[in-house]
Amino acid sequence: MRVGIGLPTAISAVPGSLVVEWARRAEEGPFSSLGVVDRIACDSYDPLVALAAAAAVTRRVLLCTMVVIAPLRNTVLLAREAASLDALSGGRLVLGVAVGARQVDYDATGADFRERGARLSGQLAALRAAWEDERIGPRPAQAGGPRLLVGGTGNDVFGRVARYADGYVMGGGPPRLFARMADKARAAWADHGRPGRPLLWAQAYFALGDDAVDAGMRYMRDYYAFTGPYAERIAAGLLTTPQAVRQFVQGYAEAGCDELVLLPAVAHLDQVERLADAVA
Amino acid sequence: MPWRDRVRRVLIAGGGPAGLYCGLLLKKANPALDITIVERNPAGATYGWGVVFSDRTLAEFREADYPTYREITDRFVVWDAIDILYGGERRRCGGHVIAGIARRALLDILQQACDARGVRLRFQTEIAGPADWEGVADLVIAADGVNSVIRRAYARVFQPSLREGKAKYIWLGTRRVLGAFTFIFRETPFGLFQVHAYPYDGATSTFIVECAEETWRRAGLDVADEATSLAFCESLFAEELGGQRLMSNNSKWINFATVKNNAWRHGNVVLLGDAAHTAHFSIGSGTKLAMEDAIALTRACEQYPDLEQALAMYQMERKPAVEAFQEAARASRTDFENMRRYTGLPPGQFACHLLTRSGRISYDDLRLRDPLFVDGLDRELAAAVGTGRAAGGAADRSGASDATGPSGQRAAGEPAPPPSRLEVAPPPAFLPFVLRGLRLENRIIRRARPVFAARDGLIGGEELARLAALATSGAGVVMTAPVAVSADGRITPGDPGMYRDDHAAAWAAVVRAVRGRSTARIAITLNHAGRRGAARPRAEGLDRPLRDGWPLLGPSPLPYAPGHPVPRAMGRTDMDRARDDFVRAARQAHDAGVDALHLHCGHGYLLGSFLSPLANRRTDEYGGRLQNRMRFPLEVLDAVRAAWADRPLTVALNATDWERRGIDVEEAAEMARVLKTHGCDAVEVLAGQTTPDSRPAYGRGFLTPYGDVIRNEARVATMVGGHLTRTGEMHILIAAGRADLCITEPVLSEDVERATDPPFSLSLLRLRSH
Ligand SMILES: Cc1cc2nc3c(=O)[nH]c(=O)nc-3n(C[C@H](O)[C@H](O)[C@H](O)COP(=O)(O)OP(=O)(O)OC[C@H]3O[C@@H](n4cnc5c(N)ncnc54)[C@H](O)[C@@H]3O)c2cc1C
Repeated sequence: MRVGIGLPTAISAVPGSLVVEWARRAEEGPFSSLGVVDRIACDSYDPLVALAAAAAVTRRVLLCTMVVIAPLRNTVLLAREAASLDALSGGRLVLGVAVGARQVDYDATGADFRERGARLSGQLAALRAAWEDERIGPRPAQAGGPRLLVGGTGNDVFGRVARYADGYVMGGGPPRLFARMADKARAAWADHGRPGRPLLWAQAYFALGDDAVDAGMRYMRDYYAFTGPYAERIAAGLLTTPQAVRQFVQGYAEAGCDELVLLPAVAHLDQVERLADAVA
Repeated sequence: MPWRDRVRRVLIAGGGPAGLYCGLLLKKANPALDITIVERNPAGATYGWGVVFSDRTLAEFREADYPTYREITDRFVVWDAIDILYGGERRRCGGHVIAGIARRALLDILQQACDARGVRLRFQTEIAGPADWEGVADLVIAADGVNSVIRRAYARVFQPSLREGKAKYIWLGTRRVLGAFTFIFRETPFGLFQVHAYPYDGATSTFIVECAEETWRRAGLDVADEATSLAFCESLFAEELGGQRLMSNNSKWINFATVKNNAWRHGNVVLLGDAAHTAHFSIGSGTKLAMEDAIALTRACEQYPDLEQALAMYQMERKPAVEAFQEAARASRTDFENMRRYTGLPPGQFACHLLTRSGRISYDDLRLRDPLFVDGLDRELAAAVGTGRAAGGAADRSGASDATGPSGQRAAGEPAPPPSRLEVAPPPAFLPFVLRGLRLENRIIRRARPVFAARDGLIGGEELARLAALATSGAGVVMTAPVAVSADGRITPGDPGMYRDDHAAAWAAVVRAVRGRSTARIAITLNHAGRRGAARPRAEGLDRPLRDGWPLLGPSPLPYAPGHPVPRAMGRTDMDRARDDFVRAARQAHDAGVDALHLHCGHGYLLGSFLSPLANRRTDEYGGRLQNRMRFPLEVLDAVRAAWADRPLTVALNATDWERRGIDVEEAAEMARVLKTHGCDAVEVLAGQTTPDSRPAYGRGFLTPYGDVIRNEARVATMVGGHLTRTGEMHILIAAGRADLCITEPVLSEDVERATDPPFSLSLLRLRSH
């Protein structure tokens, strides 16, 4: 299993220069990828634009969305942005998509919250089609377009993974839960007669160092406030010590994860080094 | 105690286990609380007899309140066996630690503990309407049981659902002291009666009698008074009751109601116990769940300063746990409701099916609990293979001779070892199986994963090497991914085919390679893609039409997905041609030396699309009712059967389309029954993919429940896959009579390496052949 790091794009009041510098340092570290999340109604950067900035200062790391809330977006424009990013980065884009969890984001963009599942299915097929459509440029650098991952935990998700995508991305939880979800993805994959196996990605949050824990917990509670009482539970999953990070990484590796992206809950540059030390 | 300031007065509606235990625990956690429990019945009156707990539950009680834990466990009757009385035999399986206590005794203990702590108990007081609880307390706990008035008052918020089970049951008692949890199954001229009985104190046992509603009516119990009902049950179970009477406690015949609630809280009102949820008594856990609710609610109140958050945390903690239990209870209830399906199983398999009904006990668990029981079962299954008696037995118990029965377990002419001599036996999935005279070394089928690397249907050396490598996997059968019977029957241009002479030669080479390496049999899956044809290789997804594909065929001119090419509705000539393609492929397979044919009639491919009303909208004799939708697939089956002579021929079938108005499991069972009469030796159970809109539920063993129904309802041998990767999973399927053969197709990284690293396997092959 490889380990990636998230960009601090969804932490409020982070200057753009910090995001870019973060990407630069991550490229030097032991990380295999840079991940970004997607929220509309909040002080955060657009995921694809942020990754484009990161692409300009990196050469090696994969660039992944964990995830883009696709139903909020026009499919052809999303396909085109993704193709552009893939072409500009030399084929480093991994496009994770999902329906997202917050209705406010749908309200903010005028997208239909109730239709989100069906819309995502349609978009998955349309993304590939758009990448092959000569009339819509540019050509993605990767043959067939960027790798597509589908996120979520509902039953429909695994059918989508197997039917349309290259793999599954999980939004958080203990290794045991990941193992269960990975099994569902594999079951769906075999059932659909897909060759090979699904890519299996996942994410978790970290805030390392005594000075960072409180701020990290506050961020988590705030970020997940929309889940109501669950926020506390989710916040409790924040990885706050190198030991916890290592155990978590180990747990995911054993559960068959290909790539675990650790997202920051605190936007201090030293977090990059601290995480590098923890996973080294 | 952060919540002390906000909550002073607590009103608990209902003095059952949930209400009493919660009152006790809250008072203990916060003695300053003013708690009142309101109960409609007098202090000593209660319904029901004894309740049971598992050892795991007890550990929680111990932690929550030690004194009542001690008192409860002092009154316990503990035993560790389950007896199953069925078909004139008694089967005992040990290792299931269970404790029973009289409901009366449990309530007495809890009432006294409440009293001693200063919880106010008001008996013979009815909670009738909102006036009784609104504004009278800071926290209102609705523990008023399955017919909760408070739940009904806020139905708009709680959104309760009440589902009645199909069976009738009556909760009785007896002075007959049982030595174990006892299930009794008794055939009568009216139908099947079943009993769930267990001891709960030194002198009495709970005795629940259950039967199908029709049975109940036929026996006249719908019009019988209490005395007549008791007398009826007493005479029916006279032997098991050993001369003791049955006792009623205002008992009535009712249907079990499963209660679920979308929300468990509303402002300062919260649901607890049966008011929030019920789980069928066959997994005996209602009281346990009720008391666990009380523990969780108290803990949440201690932990969170804000009442609303505490109630939210309580719901969050309990709802998923309870729902998992309710799912197990649903599986268990459905098994009991459909017990008829299983009453033909040999006693050992029947017992195993019953013990593993909720899906929570694995073969390994069972072995840990009672190794002797499992050894005995293994021997019994092995002996049945030897004698030709149905170990897979579903097919044979109707009395039909196994000359044509799919589960004939012994190859013709093989001597039958006397079963009584058998001292050791392999576990069930490693037993041989005989499929129409062809002996399989074990019950495991290893299916090759698809690669889409053939050229014009011709497989290459890599494909051959991959299949040959599977021959040494240990599985009794190696099965191919779908092989097209014609060029236009391919799913993708890379599909392997069986429609040209050189194809047959390539398959003959595969057969030789497999034979040279093991005794594994080789089965080929014959398919016509129908409207799912002319798609691109599946590296990047399914059903992506080729830019310049070939014309498609289907029962109706309906594309597989919006924007996909429209298939031509097949006319007579098309049908004849497709049928002849299957027949020619079967002949070629025969000449290539293939052992078994597997006809693909699922997943929305050509034959499957005829079967499903979602794809078949024809109005002629090939569409409409089931008999018509089956007509063309049966024409193909009959023709292939004739060309294939007396060799094994199996069919893959959708047990459900996972879609409204699609095939469901009852209809699939009917199809399986018909297929069997047309010479199909076993049915593989599939689900979904008839259209891209199916709503699947994947996971480990996701096809098992469907396989179980098809096998035991249609009494046909079944092959079940659905992401089975562990032999333990397979043993229990065979042992419990849920499947006859298991298909494994693991999606592992090593699999990919095998697929993408042909030089490795090729070099292995070369080494071996020298
Ligand atoms: C046949 C059968 C067998 C069972 N066997 C087992 C078993 O072996 N093990 C097990 O754990 N569970 C078993 N149960 C389940 C168990 O009985 C219940 O789940 C458990 O009693 C639930 O506790 P409770 O306190 O929520 O509800 P109840 O025990 O139903 O208590 C509710 C109380 O509220 C009172 N009440 C109701 N309405 C009002 C009102 N309006 N005003 C005032 N008071 C009111 C009632 O009189 C009652 O005392 C079985 C159930 C059945 C039907």
